[in-house]
Amino acid sequence: MNITLHVWRQKNRNAEGAFVTYQARDISPDMSFLEMLDVVNEGLILKGEEPIAFDHDCREGICGQCGVVVNGSPHGPRKATTTCQLHMRSFKDGDELTLEPWRANAFPVIKDLIVDRGAFDRIIAVGGFITAPTGNAPDGNAILVPKLAADRSMDAAACIGCGACVAACPNGSAMLFVAAKITHLGYLPQGQPERDRRALAMVARMDEEGFGTCTNHGECEAACPKEIPIEFIARMNRDFLKAALFTPAERAAASDGG
Amino acid sequence: MSSSAPAVAAVQSPAAESRLARILGSSIGQKLVMAVTGVILSGFIVGHMVGNLTVFKGAEAINAYGVALRKFPALLWAVRFGLLLSVGLHIWAYLALSFKSWGARPQGYKVAAYKEASFASRTMRWTGPILGAFVIFHILHFTTGTITPGFAFKEGDVFHNLVAGLSYAPVAAFYIVAMACLALHVFHGVWSLFQSLGISQPRYESTARRVATLFTIAVVGGFVIIPIAVLAGILKLQ
Repeated sequence: MNITLHVWRQKNRNAEGAFVTYQARDISPDMSFLEMLDVVNEGLILKGEEPIAFDHDCREGICGQCGVVVNGSPHGPRKATTTCQLHMRSFKDGDELTLEPWRANAFPVIKDLIVDRGAFDRIIAVGGFITAPTGNAPDGNAILVPKLAADRSMDAAACIGCGACVAACPNGSAMLFVAAKITHLGYLPQGQPERDRRALAMVARMDEEGFGTCTNHGECEAACPKEIPIEFIARMNRDFLKAALFTPAERAAASDGG
Repeated sequence: MSSSAPAVAAVQSPAAESRLARILGSSIGQKLVMAVTGVILSGFIVGHMVGNLTVFKGAEAINAYGVALRKFPALLWAVRFGLLLSVGLHIWAYLALSFKSWGARPQGYKVAAYKEASFASRTMRWTGPILGAFVIFHILHFTTGTITPGFAFKEGDVFHNLVAGLSYAPVAAFYIVAMACLALHVFHGVWSLFQSLGISQPRYESTARRVATLFTIAVVGGFVIIPIAVLAGILKLQ
């Protein structure tokens, strides 16, 4: 199959970018989307041109590294699928595809389709962890976790931090990501001691990073390759409001990893 | 997650702030303000709608209702002030949240594709100001009698003002359009406030969705039936 690509090309963070049109010829429908881009890049390299830069790592849908906006849809048209797990059989011969990077103030473009998602790391760094003693691993059954809590926690922990929620949100909000991280720890007994402080710190950091705010469009949930539901945003709101209203200053300030 | 090493996060101290500052200064707190004022304004429109329906009991009933509302001027002004404050905070929360969102994507997409965003959710920023304009017109039209296209305002004769005012088709049409905007606004607003208040609900087949749907049908239906009844000649001057 033959596909026409309109690809965002941008030399570096500060350069002006523009769309450049490429032809992807003789593409097998069994190829993954990234393999199709590999083929295009081989052609570009043979011609002595700069290949299209795109992020990828595991190519099995679990690392959260890849992500291209295909015709306005982060990770392309298929539900619950990362860009690397998207196959060319999802498209038709002769299709025209516009490929854009995640667009968000907090995710500056590094090159072409690659963005800097360091903002997510900085949100995690202020509270997306539990404080645990080092040393021998504790007995696995010492702390009991109710089955429902374990299931819900795992649903949230499925978040791979790819940023498709931000890319899909008409407001450029990161609330689904932050909600998933707060929820996955907040459902577990190990996450309780720092639960209030975590909600306050991560939400504050999210705001500082320049993400937008949720207006309940639901686009994030639809784009999420791991199907994180927006119910978790309501749960984050509850955790945050409870912490903001009822946590005394001393307790909210306590513990920075020690 | 990032291609370059992340800068070491500055240590946060949300703790240093007062509770009020924590709420008003954060996006989630501003959503709470939006939701709480939304609940107050939703409560008001229910009362307003039920009061309006006395028009179907005749001129005396609704005129008596109008008198009853003004029986305790201090209470009336307290309610008016509370509503004005709610509207003000609702708009403030909208602006505070929207400034963040407007800055969050300086460069937009060439191709935009909506999967889930509803017509109601995407038009909130238009239905809100239209409703604001409608409320100002509505007060000048029926409360103060300042703008009275097509009829002579009679102080205290609620039935006459209502029927005569809405007999003028362009005004009635504006009322009906405004109620369509209200339907879109409260449907998305009521469902959203469950989220903002932290009551977890799935997007579909949930109590929040049902409450929003029933609330919208009941309240907007109760409002819009009046201009329609006037235009249809069911409500007319004796």
